[in-house]
Amino acid sequence: MVLVYAESPQGKLKKAAFEAVTYGRQAADAMGVQCAALVLGAADNAGELGSYGAHEVYQVNNDSLNNFDSQVAASVVSSAAQKLGATLVVMMHSSSGKALAGRVAVRLDAGLVTAVNALPTISGDAVNVTKNVFSGKAIAEFSISSATRVVSVAGNTFKPVVNGDAASVQTLDVDVPQGRYTVKEVSTMDGVTPLPEAELVVSAGRGMKGPENWGIIEELADILGATTACSRPVADVGWRPHHEHVGQTGVAIKPNLYFAIGISGAIQHLAGVNQSNVIVVINKDPEAPFFKAADYGIVGDLFDVVPRLNESLKKYKAENS
Amino acid sequence: MNMLVCVSRTPETTAPVKFSADMSEYDGSGVNFIMNPYDEWYALVRALEVKESQGGKVTLFHVGGAESDAVIRKGLAIGADDAVRVDAAPSSSMFVAKQIAEYCKANAIDILFFGKETIDFNGAEVGAMAAEMLDMPYISFAIDMQLDGNNATITREIEGGKEVGEVQTPFALSAAKGLAEQRIANMRGIMMSKRKPINVIPAADAADKATVVKYAYPDAGGDVVYIEPDNMDELVRRLAEEAKVL
Repeated sequence: MVLVYAESPQGKLKKAAFEAVTYGRQAADAMGVQCAALVLGAADNAGELGSYGAHEVYQVNNDSLNNFDSQVAASVVSSAAQKLGATLVVMMHSSSGKALAGRVAVRLDAGLVTAVNALPTISGDAVNVTKNVFSGKAIAEFSISSATRVVSVAGNTFKPVVNGDAASVQTLDVDVPQGRYTVKEVSTMDGVTPLPEAELVVSAGRGMKGPENWGIIEELADILGATTACSRPVADVGWRPHHEHVGQTGVAIKPNLYFAIGISGAIQHLAGVNQSNVIVVINKDPEAPFFKAADYGIVGDLFDVVPRLNESLKKYKAENS
Repeated sequence: MNMLVCVSRTPETTAPVKFSADMSEYDGSGVNFIMNPYDEWYALVRALEVKESQGGKVTLFHVGGAESDAVIRKGLAIGADDAVRVDAAPSSSMFVAKQIAEYCKANAIDILFFGKETIDFNGAEVGAMAAEMLDMPYISFAIDMQLDGNNATITREIEGGKEVGEVQTPFALSAAKGLAEQRIANMRGIMMSKRKPINVIPAADAADKATVVKYAYPDAGGDVVYIEPDNMDELVRRLAEEAKVL
């Protein structure tokens, strides 16, 4: 069977969890086996995992699982996989998933491939999966040789597909060890979609000339319901916070729509954003390398173009809401 | 505080990516290799800061052939005390993790540092694997780490926010932007690095369980459509009707 571990940060499953279970169900169908989903600790909407394809939904109830500790979670997920007889364990390629996948692979003596971008191809015992490597400049196909396999699913890659009814959640009894990492405080920005999950991203760079000019960018993001991002130089000089830096050494993103405003498009920046579905580049320099990666290009002064774009978008939103 | 900083050798960020004719192997000819930026800029520098504030030793750990020595020397020039190089190709994440775990079982380590991921395979796998083999807590994406004796308070990035947690040594962490500020080696550091030892050791046995069989290039995108800067209605129309992304 295929076991999908669905993370429920702050007690709630989010889109990436439904992407993972959609992937798990499709992989299970290809392998001719059942798909089960697992949640640890609180998960208010766990039953919805059934709607996205899980045949069974299991929950390990233990308050200590409400906070993430990679060591404890690895033990519980691995025990569940063994108890349920999973031959493929599917996880999310999230910040917690990245701390967990390697641990579970070791415990299950399993081959691991993280951030897979396609369903596995199966021929006999061989399971092959692909992932983006070199920050999106190439794709690598891995062959997993072990009897149990662990994969994590790249975010914003598999659209969640509803194909059934919500499932009833069954309690799974597995041992929960004592952790050695204690969470003291969790703070999240309410109402803002985190960059790795964002469908719409508005990003700006040095062309903005100074942090005081970001109002038009924030307005554009507000109109679209987009998440703001920035280039590395802008984060390095402190015009914008580090967590907004997208690129090869920042956050790698894969939105449906990416606006690059006043960003020249250095290869390191492109590496982090080139998997965006649609890229719009606004730059006054017609030679800016970013135009080569763009779907739509506007050569012009961003201080003229962006306010005009904001007005056009407001008009569109008013007419189409 | 005994600290081990695990460092990887990666192509420079601007290097073109190319493969052998049959697309089965990465072709590094003519490519300049560097220390993986997350390992060098954040993991190594934070380890050095800990050493400077409360004493201890910073050892670099690397799996690779002699061609890696230049990258290791740079880490020594920035300030690491010594280095261990496992003389073998890093054939898979499981293989590399096993080398780290075997070394740490024989040499007591208080803090095991990793970068949050490498910029070539973008896996974020080795740190978690090594921590599991060593039965150590592992805190990923650390952007701040403060030590009080053996107690560490760590801030880590989570989706859309931050988490603060506490752990005692020994533990492992992966370093993200913010954990430290990049340092440049100075002339004294470069001179001193030449006298610092790189201890070359043989690899421990470990099976690969997932290996690359083939590479491919992503589909090249289509041509850019230019839109006049005074016609943003047209851009919005195309985003809505043509690209269907609004």
